[in-house]
Amino acid sequence: MKPQKYDALVLAAGFLVSWEILYLLVGADVVSAPAATLSRAVTLLRGRNFWNDAASTGIAFGYACIIGIAGGLLLGLALGLHRFAGDVADPILGTVYSIPKITLYPIILLIFGLSLTAKIAFGVIHGIFPVAIFTMNAVRNVAPVHRRTARTLRLSPVATVVMVLAPAAIPEILSGIRIGIAVTLLGILIAELFASSSGIGFALIRATEIHNVVDIFALTLLLFLFAVAINTLLHIAERRVRHDA
Amino acid sequence: MIPPTEIAGALWHILVSGKANNDIAFTVVNTSAAIALSIVLGFWLGAALHALPRARRAFEPLLSAYYAVPVFIFYPVLIVAFGVGRSSLIAMGAMFGIVAMIVNTMTGLDRVPAVIAKTAIVMRLSPLRRLLLLRLPAAAPHLVTGIKLAVAYSVIGIVAGEFILATAGIGKRIAFGYQDFDNRTMYGMLLLLLILVMAVNGALSHWEKRLHHRFGQQ
Repeated sequence: MKPQKYDALVLAAGFLVSWEILYLLVGADVVSAPAATLSRAVTLLRGRNFWNDAASTGIAFGYACIIGIAGGLLLGLALGLHRFAGDVADPILGTVYSIPKITLYPIILLIFGLSLTAKIAFGVIHGIFPVAIFTMNAVRNVAPVHRRTARTLRLSPVATVVMVLAPAAIPEILSGIRIGIAVTLLGILIAELFASSSGIGFALIRATEIHNVVDIFALTLLLFLFAVAINTLLHIAERRVRHDA
Repeated sequence: MIPPTEIAGALWHILVSGKANNDIAFTVVNTSAAIALSIVLGFWLGAALHALPRARRAFEPLLSAYYAVPVFIFYPVLIVAFGVGRSSLIAMGAMFGIVAMIVNTMTGLDRVPAVIAKTAIVMRLSPLRRLLLLRLPAAAPHLVTGIKLAVAYSVIGIVAGEFILATAGIGKRIAFGYQDFDNRTMYGMLLLLLILVMAVNGALSHWEKRLHHRFGQQ
């Protein structure tokens, strides 16, 4: 067995053991037992309610990812290609990225109403900035000789982007997309926790309000595993692209 | 939607009347506590992991994947553990911020030039003094980056927590204004929060740039 895999196993085992000890120390009112949580998670996975919520979250997540990534790529590309526009936009993007966007959710709710659209819009404002920032920096860092070659070969602007800039910048852009997808998920879930009528976040806040500890832990665990799975897949994709490049 | 002039007026009114002072103090105190916790604990954990390569290798994947998980989903768990109030908010803020500090502390310590480590040996400094007197200043630019991120993340964690479920705070006031159709309070407090965050972020970015410049890195 590879040492990394061994480490991961030890880490997971240590995590489970400390969870169990915590449970024994503070009791079922505060922490649900690992075994009970797992069996509740399996029950949830078998039931229809969970999948309705998951579908609601998943649809919002999917749309928000597509819009956020496409928008971020276009924005980052435009800003990366025009040095002056990029210089002006750089600090603005950084600041917007660091503000707690949850405060903007009420405004989005006022504009879109309590709907799927509001959730998607909220996810998009989370995801679009990291993608734009990474794309902008990636395009700026493309070696000048590549661009000059493109000009010498008289490539059209579209051909320059597709055949020269995109391949050179793609590993960095993928990092941006990975972060963008992660924060989009965060945005969708926060939106659901704050105000929504369906979705996993909604189920989680409902369980919190009626103090259903087992459900809270089971839902948190499922979300955690989902996020880790997505991140792992994107990491694998990223590594493959880096190898090709 | 209300015009910016009225938003500024509403904020002025809130500040002068002092009706939101408790909420502002609540958020500022909690955020400072969470930031202090993440910076201090994050630095020591980062330094400890840096000193123990074996443990570091085991935790590395966890640390790098940490922000891919929406950490905020643990807020209900924290509410169950600490109750609705200060402690769960501070814990949430610290959970958001600490990993950025750990990662940047390790990066910073990695980049300390070998000659400085050798100087420490020549001067026969104890490991603790070596860390505080030589490594800490040499790693300063990365530490400031960590502080900047820890501040941004802690604020996000705390304000989001106040939004969802809390007894007081700026975020609570904004959410309450929204639910009450009290747009003036909502936009006024929102403006206040944005001004605070941008001011702190701007100051830290400036400090970061100056340190990077002085230490001649990147």
